[in-house]
Amino acid sequence: MSAGLIGIAIIDILLFLFLVLIAITIARLRNLFAIAMLAGVFSLLSAGLFVTLDAMDVAFTEAAVGAGISTVLMLGTLALTVREEKPVTHSPFLPLLVCAITGAALIYGTLDMPPFGAADNPVQTHVAPYYLEQTPVEIGIPNAVAAVLASYRGFDTLGEVVVVFTAAIAVLLLLGGGGRSGRHDNVAGERKKD
Amino acid sequence: MEHHSILRVVSKLLIPPILLYALYVQFHGEYGPGGGFQAGVIFAVAFILYALVFGIEAMTEILPPRLLLILSATGVLIFAGTGVVTMLLGDAYLGYNALAADPPHAQEWGIVIVEIGVGMTVAAVMMAIFVAFASHNPPIKDEDW
Repeated sequence: MSAGLIGIAIIDILLFLFLVLIAITIARLRNLFAIAMLAGVFSLLSAGLFVTLDAMDVAFTEAAVGAGISTVLMLGTLALTVREEKPVTHSPFLPLLVCAITGAALIYGTLDMPPFGAADNPVQTHVAPYYLEQTPVEIGIPNAVAAVLASYRGFDTLGEVVVVFTAAIAVLLLLGGGGRSGRHDNVAGERKKD
Repeated sequence: MEHHSILRVVSKLLIPPILLYALYVQFHGEYGPGGGFQAGVIFAVAFILYALVFGIEAMTEILPPRLLLILSATGVLIFAGTGVVTMLLGDAYLGYNALAADPPHAQEWGIVIVEIGVGMTVAAVMMAIFVAFASHNPPIKDEDW
């Protein structure tokens, strides 16, 4: 194993360690403001993992959307509701059992997966070689990700854009379109009662 | 937030480079990491930072919620409309080869156009959702944080 691979392995282990620590902290905390901020940190560390996988476009999206916008929207939601999570009244054993069984099933599922990064994995032998070889010929741009996203898989991306648009319509329908002063006063009144 | 002079000065310094960087990510997406999704989010973040520091009214004066809705729909229409145009030019839906004489050139045109649509929709949607949340909130008092 070369020094570079060992370095990446150490970084991966550290990142995963931090992810687990943050997940446990989030599960134990009751302050929603701290949880929203930690969720942002979780996204930023995931972006770091994508960088070690050489998936720069995904890392970029995760950092911008997961760590950036999501945190801001989460804080915006927090300002509309309370700052503290309600104390848990039920016993934690049934949820813990469900999580443990699901986790065990997922780990069992990974045992059948081909070795990570091997050259003859199905993901490397299906359409990926075609995209990598033909992008300079057919599309003529250096970034194969952009070629797949916008041209080879243009239908998928159109669907994603429609999903984003639909999300905005749904939020605006639920919250009443933004900029209405009447609701604003109501919310302020309710907050004073707390 | 009138007395937070450090926040005001730093955000005033940061917002123009953020906007410029968003445009770089948008139009450099064919050469490096990035593209419409990331650029739209970064563009929206610049305006959200402005709204956080200077108040939501200052932002909605520049970008009223109605304009944001129109922009987000326009982005989807640019993407979907590109497909209709390529069909009218005699290729498949979103078959960019019909857009110019030689295929790589046409593909690049198609990708740049649909990425503009993606960026427009994502930026407008993110800002619209933020405005929808923020305009319901009473301004947060400093002692609450």
